[in-house]
Amino acid sequence: MDSTASASAARMQLPSAASRKAAEKAMFLFLRVVACLNVAVLAGICFYLCWNGLPVVTWEFLTEPPRNMMTEGGIFPCIIGTAILSLGSLLIAFPLGVASAVYLNEYAGKTRFASIIRLGVNNLAGVPSVVFGLFGLSFFVTFLGFGVSILSGILTLAVLTLPVIISTSEEALRTVPDTYREASLALGGTKSQTIARVVLPSAIPGMLTGAILGVARAAGETAAIMFTAAVFFTPRTPTSIFDSVMCLPYHIYVLCTAGTEIDKTRPLQYGTAIVLIILVLGMNTVALVVRDKLQRKH
Amino acid sequence: MRNYRFKEAVIQKSLAITATLSLLALLGIVLFLFLEGLPLFSHYSFTDFFFGQLWYPTEEPGVFGIFPLFIGSIAVTVLSSAFAIPLGVFTAIYLNEIAHSNTRRIIKPFIELLAALPSVVLGFLGMVLLAPFLQEVFNADTGLNLLNAAIVLTFMSVPTICSISEDALHAVPGSLREGSLALGATRWQTIRRVVLPAALSGIGTAIMLGMSRAIGETMVVLMCAGGAGILPDSLFAPIRPMPASIAAEMAEAPFRSDHYHALFAIGILLFLLTLCFNIIASRIAEKHRQVGTSSL
Repeated sequence: MDSTASASAARMQLPSAASRKAAEKAMFLFLRVVACLNVAVLAGICFYLCWNGLPVVTWEFLTEPPRNMMTEGGIFPCIIGTAILSLGSLLIAFPLGVASAVYLNEYAGKTRFASIIRLGVNNLAGVPSVVFGLFGLSFFVTFLGFGVSILSGILTLAVLTLPVIISTSEEALRTVPDTYREASLALGGTKSQTIARVVLPSAIPGMLTGAILGVARAAGETAAIMFTAAVFFTPRTPTSIFDSVMCLPYHIYVLCTAGTEIDKTRPLQYGTAIVLIILVLGMNTVALVVRDKLQRKH
Repeated sequence: MRNYRFKEAVIQKSLAITATLSLLALLGIVLFLFLEGLPLFSHYSFTDFFFGQLWYPTEEPGVFGIFPLFIGSIAVTVLSSAFAIPLGVFTAIYLNEIAHSNTRRIIKPFIELLAALPSVVLGFLGMVLLAPFLQEVFNADTGLNLLNAAIVLTFMSVPTICSISEDALHAVPGSLREGSLALGATRWQTIRRVVLPAALSGIGTAIMLGMSRAIGETMVVLMCAGGAGILPDSLFAPIRPMPASIAAEMAEAPFRSDHYHALFAIGILLFLLTLCFNIIASRIAEKHRQVGTSSL
């Protein structure tokens, strides 16, 4: 009895203010170090790639095709391929994504139908990219008979980026104040006129942010295109949407895993990686800056 | 007037049809995965597939035991989460509770850019930078192993975990913090005993989504994990997680052979696993959605 009483008394004894302060200081320092670790990792990655990659990136590297069994020359076809695939997928996913977002935010609201669609969008966003690749292979490449081609790749990437575009577009529509809609309706505008002339114009910058993020995601994607569009080497630049292409991410993967000259092509690998990083992080930075500006406006 | 009503109805209907596209895409993915994956089980038992210890797809007849691949996926996901959960949650606490708003404005974009890094570049760095380092420091047989893939994956799931946890912390009402501080608690005590418990369900969602991202990630495990289809016995054992098998072998698998069907069957399993993680995540988010302060 006595011992339990003293034990509970000891438990009641609060630590002194000084030691609590010290614990807080130590903890805050620890958390700050952890947070800075993330920054350090990203900065380290960028620095390392720039250090090894930038010397390789010359005008010739960017504008010439690979030569000599891929051990020399540039990455021009890969840049073109990546541009075609990512912009092409945007061309399909952006209108569809914006239309879906308009429906969800302006028409459906909180109905059961809308919540089922949102469930679909959320789960689509969580599907692993290699599964998108399998879907593209079985549906676009085989079932629809498009073959390993630009078209199959674009469509696969469009499905993959659709959830990104829908959720950012919905976010953008949500920031448009209801007073805008009410004013337009009060002036006699129909619902579709209100959306087309009032809501969409004020939501467009936010939607473009989403579009940029979508393109960046598509440009860096590898697993989804390795069975649907990408090939290691093709001698000519694509002339139709049924041609297969070379692309930057797949080029990096193949150069550093397959082939007999992995060490010899190391500089090319660094060069391709830095070009891809500059492309993807550059687009993301633009999107972040635009979004930051928008947030300050609202 | 009737003409205008008609036009509005047409617009609404066509938008609704467009909106169902993502749902159709999801259903299409399920349908085609099953169409190409299930034929394997017409003559290969599910138990042999799931619990089989050997993966020899190119033998005649092929042996498709994915147990080592499954365990490889689980091992790399669990290990990377062990790094990523503390890293992501602590960063979120720092950003939302401690950092000055200017510091926050600097660090936050870095986290978002980390999320944007293409996975093939991270995998490349795992190969050229981390692998030699691990081999030298730990004297491992190969630098491409479980630990390497887990470390690289960590930095793929940290941004997810961090940004969703941060939203959860942000949603905790300020009055709770003020109440705790007014009772004499320090800021750290407030964070640990009041803010964190209140945000716990949101952090749970963040963790599930982070793990879902790790288990489905392909390029990193394809390039950094070593590619050996055996059960891992140490941190430095080379492994071959499920996505790596799909990505590495699909090009060689003869069209609609058993091997091809088996790879799609792995795809089904992978899809169902990530679906489970996502559903659990949204369940946690919905069940414990904090409305006001009354239920705290």
